Amino acid sequence: MSVLIFVDQSEGHIKKSSFEILTYGAQLATQLGVAAQALVAGTVADDLSALGKYGVTKVLHAPAEALNHVDSQMYAQLVATVATTQNASVIIFSHNQTGKAVAGRVAAKLKAGLVTGAVALPDTTSGFVVKRTVFSGKAFANVNILSAVKVISVNPNSFHVTATEGKTAEVETIEIAATPKIKVTAVNKVSGDVPLTEAEIVVSGGRGLKGPENWGMLEDLAKVLHAATACSRPVADSHWRPHHEHVGQTGFQIAPNLYIAIGISGAIQHLAGVNRSKVIVVINKDPEAPFFKAADYGIVGDAFEVIPQLTAEIKKMKGI
Amino acid sequence: MKILVCISKTPDTTSKIAFKNGNTVFDDAGVQWIINPYDEWYALVRAIELQEKDPSAVIHLVTVGGADCEPVIRKALALGGNEAIRVNADSTDSYFIAAQIAEIAKQGGYDLVLTGKETIDYNGSTVGAMVAELLDMPYVSLATKFDLNGTTATINRDIEGGEEVNEVGLPVVVSCQKGVAEQRIPNMRGIMAARTKPLKVTEATAVEALTGIVSFELPPAKAGVKLVPADNVAELVRLLHEEAKAI
Ligand SMILES: Cc1cc2nc3c(=O)[nH]c(=O)nc-3n(C[C@H](O)[C@H](O)[C@H](O)COP(=O)(O)OP(=O)(O)OC[C@H]3O[C@@H](n4cnc5c(N)ncnc54)[C@H](O)[C@@H]3O)c2cc1C
Repeated sequence: MSVLIFVDQSEGHIKKSSFEILTYGAQLATQLGVAAQALVAGTVADDLSALGKYGVTKVLHAPAEALNHVDSQMYAQLVATVATTQNASVIIFSHNQTGKAVAGRVAAKLKAGLVTGAVALPDTTSGFVVKRTVFSGKAFANVNILSAVKVISVNPNSFHVTATEGKTAEVETIEIAATPKIKVTAVNKVSGDVPLTEAEIVVSGGRGLKGPENWGMLEDLAKVLHAATACSRPVADSHWRPHHEHVGQTGFQIAPNLYIAIGISGAIQHLAGVNRSKVIVVINKDPEAPFFKAADYGIVGDAFEVIPQLTAEIKKMKGI
Repeated sequence: MKILVCISKTPDTTSKIAFKNGNTVFDDAGVQWIINPYDEWYALVRAIELQEKDPSAVIHLVTVGGADCEPVIRKALALGGNEAIRVNADSTDSYFIAAQIAEIAKQGGYDLVLTGKETIDYNGSTVGAMVAELLDMPYVSLATKFDLNGTTATINRDIEGGEEVNEVGLPVVVSCQKGVAEQRIPNMRGIMAARTKPLKVTEATAVEALTGIVSFELPPAKAGVKLVPADNVAELVRLLHEEAKAI
């Protein structure tokens, strides 16, 4: 028996959300008294034996070039085959774009119960109960998985990475014949920026910023904090900012360490996407803005005056 | 061409989320039900647009749920679609729902199955993938653009750290999000027409439950906001650094 962790890669590199699930999977394996194994698909530049530091003993690598793009059908076939040959009892994904494409297929193929958006390790004292977010972050559900084989996809940014430097894993190459039905005709990577769902700090702007031309000061603040930028829905709808920055009930749901909301009123639909942030700072000129009720720290003031000062003070604090 | 659009009902986004029976059941007292926004704004509207371009296309809507889903499915029919199918069952989990939809899809021989990217209540983002697997069809998740040229679909979709353009032959299952279409408001003619469109009810096929909800919980309440005067931004930075340890 084993816990099999599906490790996602982007352009040959393994991403933070995968380190989180490696840690998650390794801790679960310890809890269940079984081995933790990782599965990686496609061409990889990183040293895979180094994944051992997150607690896996073996890395199975399917290097076929056809796997460089996530074709859910092909990926599901790969994961299901490996899970069966390795006798995996639990399969772990990140609840990211790849997990959303593949986890459901694997679950249906193996008739395995699936919990997506998990935020904690399973409670195995009575059954196999996994805590996940529901109602777009407004609540949690504890879900019992009843089947023998189980699939869990873990919300990005909800599990702390732990690593033991120096520990290595055995790497085994597996050959599979893969022919995708989907042809990829173009790939556009957003390079450089911190991906929103993985960011530790998010600086977010609302309609209070008046127009897209005023986002410079927000980007300056994000830069000194190494933060990702986000926005409220009307801001994305008015095309002030790209849609992949839209957070809320109908946008991305995020859980950074720090969320700084600037000129956002704090409508219930917006809060749903950000209320799992550990610390929330609200800057709004209206003391009655509902966001203050959901905040840890706040400044009642004009964003156009406060933001440049905030950037300057952080620079001072960091000595940059 | 036959298109199947999956429709789910969800609580209105302003609903107060509360639970009853010892936190085991969602408390729907006073809750307004709406069509899941992703199903309505993107999947359904895109299907309607495809039918406007190709009037020979047929759109069926499918929902899994009790009779209380009917007002929501009529609302969807007011926007468009030729007929609706309701699989009469209380949905237990996403696999159960996917198995029902796959059964309908098999019987109907659809070229295209569209879903929203997730429902705003359970946020599973899995039904499309499961349906595709049960039908052994390709699945394109998180689409932001969808075009059809004969029997080849060109789809932009979100991937880790960017987006990808996919070309795939029909039949295919696609989950839709912002970008695929623009929200529409039903008009009077649509609302009238929806009353007489066929709404077939079929019984569910037996599927064993793979998961079960044990309980719900609400996030812990915030302790209350600490306000810092606007002329002392340095104090906010100090608090974030020393007290919250967030920067
Ligand atoms: C079905 C549905 C789904 C939705 N989904 C989402 C979602 O996913 N995400 C989302 O964000 N919204 C969503 N909404 C919209 C939501 O209800 C709000 O309308 C929206 O969040 C408001 O955006 P805002 O706070 O930027 O703008 P506003 O509500 O207009 O607030 C602007 C704020 O800026 C402040 N302000 C103005 N000038 C300044 C200044 N100079 N300095 C500082 N502060 C200033 C004002 O006091 C005000 O509080 C949804 C709505 C519906 C009906």
